[in-house]
Amino acid sequence: MSIQTQGNTLTFASIDADAGLRTALAMSRPDIIDTVSDSGMKGRGGAGFPTGMKWNFAGAEKGDKKYIICNADEGEPGTFKDRVILSEFPDLVFAGMAIAGRAIGAAEGIVYLRGEYSYLRSHLNAVIKKRRAAGLLGKDVGGVKGFDFDIIVALGAGAYICGEETALIESLEGFRGEPRNRPPFPVVAGYRYAPTVVNNVETLASAACIFAKGVDWFKSFGTDRSTGFKLFSISGDCAKPGVYEFPFGITVADLLKEVGGENAKAVQIGGASGTCVPRTQFARRMAFEDIPTGGSVIVFGPQTDMLAVAENFLEFFADESCGQCTPCRVGNAKMLAAAGQLKDGVCSAEYLAELRELSGTMQVASKCGLGQTSSNAFMSILEHFGDEIMSRPAQAETARTSA
Amino acid sequence: MLVTQQEQLRAQVTTLVDRLGPGRSSLVPILQEVKTQYHGIDSDAMQIVADLLDIHPVEVYSVATFYAFLNPAAEGQFVVRLCRTVSCDLAGKDAIARQLESELDVAFGETSKDGRFTLDWANCMGMCDQGPALLVNDRVYTRVTPETVREIVAECRAAHDGHAAERKEGYLV
Repeated sequence: MSIQTQGNTLTFASIDADAGLRTALAMSRPDIIDTVSDSGMKGRGGAGFPTGMKWNFAGAEKGDKKYIICNADEGEPGTFKDRVILSEFPDLVFAGMAIAGRAIGAAEGIVYLRGEYSYLRSHLNAVIKKRRAAGLLGKDVGGVKGFDFDIIVALGAGAYICGEETALIESLEGFRGEPRNRPPFPVVAGYRYAPTVVNNVETLASAACIFAKGVDWFKSFGTDRSTGFKLFSISGDCAKPGVYEFPFGITVADLLKEVGGENAKAVQIGGASGTCVPRTQFARRMAFEDIPTGGSVIVFGPQTDMLAVAENFLEFFADESCGQCTPCRVGNAKMLAAAGQLKDGVCSAEYLAELRELSGTMQVASKCGLGQTSSNAFMSILEHFGDEIMSRPAQAETARTSA
Repeated sequence: MLVTQQEQLRAQVTTLVDRLGPGRSSLVPILQEVKTQYHGIDSDAMQIVADLLDIHPVEVYSVATFYAFLNPAAEGQFVVRLCRTVSCDLAGKDAIARQLESELDVAFGETSKDGRFTLDWANCMGMCDQGPALLVNDRVYTRVTPETVREIVAECRAAHDGHAAERKEGYLV
């Protein structure tokens, strides 16, 4: 089952997942966590939380019920690398989950697969079944007495917010996908209020690689503060869209050269909740210390109407906001309305200044990452493409002119 | 709903609950199954699920209306969802949207008079490198052109059960 996505050769293709699992199972639990900490790996979903630290927190919690959740609710616009990983390298993901389970003392793993990827479910279940038969899941995993670990696949139902880890947990428990207050964090009280590690698909697959090839090998890729390689989902106006692997630290310009998007006027990095980077900043680097990213890069060609882009993002957020907290629910609606006003050429600069303030409020007052980041793209487009999107002739007027 | 139909529904939902478990965690999977089987989740179904899970029906309603794929409203046998997010937008989703509306003779958010097709939008469905993309039930079609819209719809019309014909791989390259 593979939807043919193009790109370059991925390191994942050359890794023996089970070699990684065996290496990890031969280690003590604290050593497993230390290895991940030493690798410097940060979460691949985009927020960039150090994976070793997360495992350490969950491992330190008391209690015999703990959970490993694989966040496969890949909903960030422009992101599709997890679909490719799940299609082509599910063994790496499941090995990574078993390693994480061993590290923190969990016996159950759950893959939360987004509803839009329901066609992958039978494929994943088949791989799980095969791993059970091979003794790599189930009782005494890998021949380690007393280490039981199994995985089930749960299906989401079409809600972007469920990619937020506490909303995901609420959804798994049978509730509306509304984010919880934090603290307590999931590592302390997550699924069924037991210690829970929620990791992105790519994070878990990369963890298996670290054990298969070693920490030094992993750190030979990337920068000091952003170690390792990263999968990028490239879409939009470029000759060769697809999933690419690059070491962290690659410049926007170099990336665009690889994918045939050199004449871009801007790129959206990090999906709809990320930032819009104009041509003048193409020397910047993709890394947690410069432009943090979950790997989504949407290329905008010279003809792209940046206001239409901003409006598209805002429609997305206004639709996907869970509605629980006011700054996000109302803020996104206001932002979207303003994009409409800009389109009609009836938005005053003073009102835009107010919107910037509102954006600041949303960033600090929203309950979760959705509201905290949803105005980023609009604000960066306003900042870099103000001339293009302000003082437009009213649409009706344009129509009359062209008629 | 007739009493006999209601009893039949109760029997079917009971089988589902037996299989998936009576815990609250089963609510979403149960509703997914009900939705797939009945193309909607009516108030009788919600009441039955609530009874069996021992929760208030408003809880069921609240969850069903939260998730796009659990929309309780009656939908067609084929739910066509066109991705409207930015990459598919850049790839020309507007032309596909117009073609779908013409081909199916429905507007977005509506169900065709014969009850076979519901046309709706999807937010980013992870096919950004192969847009425009759409889902028909749980089947994905990529690099859709106005011409393939006609073929996809024809396949659905020719299909007897809930699935389009088995030719999907043709669209996945």
